[in-house]
Amino acid sequence: MWALLAAGALGAVAGVLAGLFGVGGGILFVPTLTLVLGLTQIHAEATSLLAILPAAVVGAWRQRAYGNVRTHAALVIGLAAIAGVEGGVQIAEELPQHVLQRLFAVLMLIVAAQIAWRARRRPSYAS
Amino acid sequence: MRLIVIGLLAGLFSALLGVGGGVIVVPLLLLVAKYQERPAMATSLAAVALISVVGAVTYGLHGELKPAAAAVVGLPAVAGAVVGTALQQRLDNRTLSLAFAAVLAALGVRMLV
Repeated sequence: MWALLAAGALGAVAGVLAGLFGVGGGILFVPTLTLVLGLTQIHAEATSLLAILPAAVVGAWRQRAYGNVRTHAALVIGLAAIAGVEGGVQIAEELPQHVLQRLFAVLMLIVAAQIAWRARRRPSYAS
Repeated sequence: MRLIVIGLLAGLFSALLGVGGGVIVVPLLLLVAKYQERPAMATSLAAVALISVVGAVTYGLHGELKPAAAAVVGLPAVAGAVVGTALQQRLDNRTLSLAFAAVLAALGVRMLV
C-alpha cells in the first residue's frame, strides 16, 4: 500500500517536471518502477514510455492552448528521433556502456553550465 | 534540417543511455535553434509524446510493458503535468533556464557517481 502511494507521489512529481521542463520524466519513472514497484530494468524502461504517454499528451495539449508548441518542429523532431533510436540501438551493442555514460554525464554538466551562464547574463524578461 | 539533426541526436542518445529524449531536445532547441524557454520546452514535450507512442507500441509488441505499473505512476503524472505546465507560464525565462540547468547538472552528477 505504502509502495503504491510512494510510487504515485513520485509519478506526480515526474509529471510536474515533464510539464515544467518538457522532459519525459523517465529520470524519475525508471527508478520508481525498479526500486519501489520491483520491475526489472528492461521492463521499467519499456513501461516508463507507456507511463509518460498520457502526461506528455495532456501536457502538450495544455502547452498548445498556451500557444507555446511549434507543431511542425515537434513533428520533425519526434519523427527524426524515432529514426535515431534505431541507430542508437545498433551502436549500443558495439560500445562499452559505462564509457559512453561518463562522457555523456560530463557533456550534460557542460551544457547545464552553458544554459545557466546564458540565463545569468540575460536580463529577466517575461516570455 | 537543424530540427531533423536535433531529433536524430535525441533518439540516438536516448537509445544509447536510456535517458529521455527531452533531456537532449530542450538544450539543443535552446542553444542551437535559439528557441525561447517556453516554446523549447513545450515543443520538446510534444515530441516526447510522439516518441513515447512509438516506443511503447514497439515494446508492447515484445510484451515488455507492465500496464498496471504504468498506471500507478502515469496517472498521477497527468495531474502533475497540468500543474507543471501551468507553473511554467508563471515563471520567467531566466528562472526556467536556471532550474532546468540544475536538473541537467543533477542528472549529470548522478550518471557520474
